[in-house]
Amino acid sequence: MPTKTQQDIDRYARDLNPEVYTSVYGGTKATTEKRHDVLFHDYPDPDLLRRTAGEVKQHTLENLDTYLPKAEAALKANGAQVHFAADGDAANRIILEIMKANGAKSMVKSKSMVSEETGLGHFLEDNGMKCLETDLGEFIIQIDHDHPSHIVKPIAHKNRRDIAKSFEREGLGDYNDDPATITRRAREFLRGKYFEADVGLTGANFVSAESGRLAIVTNEGNARFCMAATPIHIGIVGIEKLIPHDRDLALFTSLIGRSGTGQHLTVYTQFINGPRRFGQPDGPEQMHVVFVDNKRTEVLASNCREILRCIRCGACLNVCPVYRQASGHAYRSVYPGPVGAVLSPLLAGTRFPELADLPKASSLCGACNEVCPVNIPIPDLLLRLRDKAKTEHAGRAMKGTPPMGMYGLLASQPHAWRAAMTMGAAMNLTPNAVMNIIPPAAAWNSCRQLPKWRGGKFRHWMKERGKN
Amino acid sequence: MTNPQRTVPAPKKVQLMATCLCDAFFDDVAVATVQVLEYLGVEVGFPADQTCCGQPAFNAGDWKASRKVVRHVVDTFKGEDPVVVPSGSCAAMLFHGALLEFENEPDLSEVKQLANRSWELLDYIVNGLGVREWPGSFPHRVSFHRSCHLRGTCSGPAAMNLMKSIDGLELATFGEAEQCCGFGGAFSVSHPNISARMGELKLEHIIAANPEYLVAADMGCLLHLGGIVDKSGIELPRLHVAQVLRDALVSANLLPAA
Repeated sequence: MPTKTQQDIDRYARDLNPEVYTSVYGGTKATTEKRHDVLFHDYPDPDLLRRTAGEVKQHTLENLDTYLPKAEAALKANGAQVHFAADGDAANRIILEIMKANGAKSMVKSKSMVSEETGLGHFLEDNGMKCLETDLGEFIIQIDHDHPSHIVKPIAHKNRRDIAKSFEREGLGDYNDDPATITRRAREFLRGKYFEADVGLTGANFVSAESGRLAIVTNEGNARFCMAATPIHIGIVGIEKLIPHDRDLALFTSLIGRSGTGQHLTVYTQFINGPRRFGQPDGPEQMHVVFVDNKRTEVLASNCREILRCIRCGACLNVCPVYRQASGHAYRSVYPGPVGAVLSPLLAGTRFPELADLPKASSLCGACNEVCPVNIPIPDLLLRLRDKAKTEHAGRAMKGTPPMGMYGLLASQPHAWRAAMTMGAAMNLTPNAVMNIIPPAAAWNSCRQLPKWRGGKFRHWMKERGKN
Repeated sequence: MTNPQRTVPAPKKVQLMATCLCDAFFDDVAVATVQVLEYLGVEVGFPADQTCCGQPAFNAGDWKASRKVVRHVVDTFKGEDPVVVPSGSCAAMLFHGALLEFENEPDLSEVKQLANRSWELLDYIVNGLGVREWPGSFPHRVSFHRSCHLRGTCSGPAAMNLMKSIDGLELATFGEAEQCCGFGGAFSVSHPNISARMGELKLEHIIAANPEYLVAADMGCLLHLGGIVDKSGIELPRLHVAQVLRDALVSANLLPAA
């Protein structure tokens, strides 16, 4: 039965279209099971791998001031151009300038969460450039004027019937919801576009400081096309993506596919460390890497810095019972689920209060930490942000949560506590009609029944035994 | 979350933290805890000034209020004796949560001292005292809900193994067992729709396994799941693991019946 609620995510979940719920629940559950099977089949102790990967990332983050210049130097030595963007706007402007300086008009774009963060696609369109998403999910999102609801599977909220309708509307053939047909039609449409475009843009899953090498893992090969068929390649990369050495890629590529989609490896793993060299048959003539900060150094200075270890695999979303009920759009931000509940309010900077309710949308079950390939203590970080929200009076976050001042007082004064334990028995006599006016009791009673109050009985039993 | 490195062994003299939920609603769980510990030859002290572990305010994000309560807990449970708690989440509050919220506080070392001798009941019995088998019988089909606070600690397997050793007890496993029941303290009130649906989903899986009892080592989960069950009129009695262990002892005349 729907219940009155003050928190936005709870309201979103309550009013969610059942078809979206079915898509998200089914997909996340299946992926979680696949992840478990693959990881535990391939490794005797995947936990050890997770912990190691977490330590490598943490080490890199704590020494970014060494690794970032190292990566920059390596990339430059390879003939690539390196740019640093303090925020999302700066990143977008740098990319626009690269296009303008080369007389470029159109971009084919491979999936990149940081470009979602900066709003790159819309920015380029607003500035007269064409920008075409080439990841199948992102392409569908683009034609639907939607936004992604999941980090790895951006259209986890849509089913094949939705997609067939979109394709029909956009003139990509008659209604046909056969997945193979949908994929074939998208491929036919996109193939030519790679060759027409002036610029190919990708993100990067990892950047080796040692060689400047960008590692890009995909399942569709579109990133590879973006790099191979266009004269200019731009890699847009959050500064947290660095890892120390090329050899570390073995660990991270092993974990990302298994954790994210339950694959041993993703279908395509692409490496690029510079523009095309003499004698090479393909590859871009120019390569640019834009390192984006956008509040990351602030996060690094905060008590939630571990969140920057995140490799965007989506395992925490899949296993999260709240995400499964609410779906990604409930999180009102680029990064949904448990990782988003931490990262989005932090990346919001001074707009923290607007997203300060996200860390509340968790039962703190810890499943996210258990599956995280870089062992991020997400529940601890959610708790720290709840404390921050309370300390900074972010009212939105506190809505619907019982005030705790009185509890703190009562629970630190044993006499008052014991008296309250006995007096609580009055609840047994209070009619529901009265109980339901008290907000926390009403929210509890809307879907559950409280047991009989038996306060003081155990203490009495202990005392009686003392007398014997 | 893992238990911290214990700095004390498991002497047979403990202080019981009964938890606020047992204090208010589930007195028989606290009674069973005392009976089970005493059967094992453990001397059980009960500091009467105890209240709550501080977790409600901690989870709600009011760390200032929570620290006030934790300081009271530190005061109440002084000394070297282990503090034993029949609840995974309250135990985790003492050995993990409190350390988080006292990170930058001057009295962190006192909180650490308490953390290092805090035990969840089953962890204490199995891993502390080394009890591997349980006498008596409990000829019933039970489903064990592994509460989330037993995630990554040694208490979940400890509870399961001890129950499995009881004569006649049949464990009925169920689907998606790793998923949370949806309680989450203040979450159950601030996000009632999601919380209730998580509970209903959990119960669907449990009921499909057709157990006679739903058992857990945390009354928080059972307060929530039991609340949904009772509201919808389904028959599904709940027990804490301590009650199962106690009832097994009673069946073998190792304890007098209540």
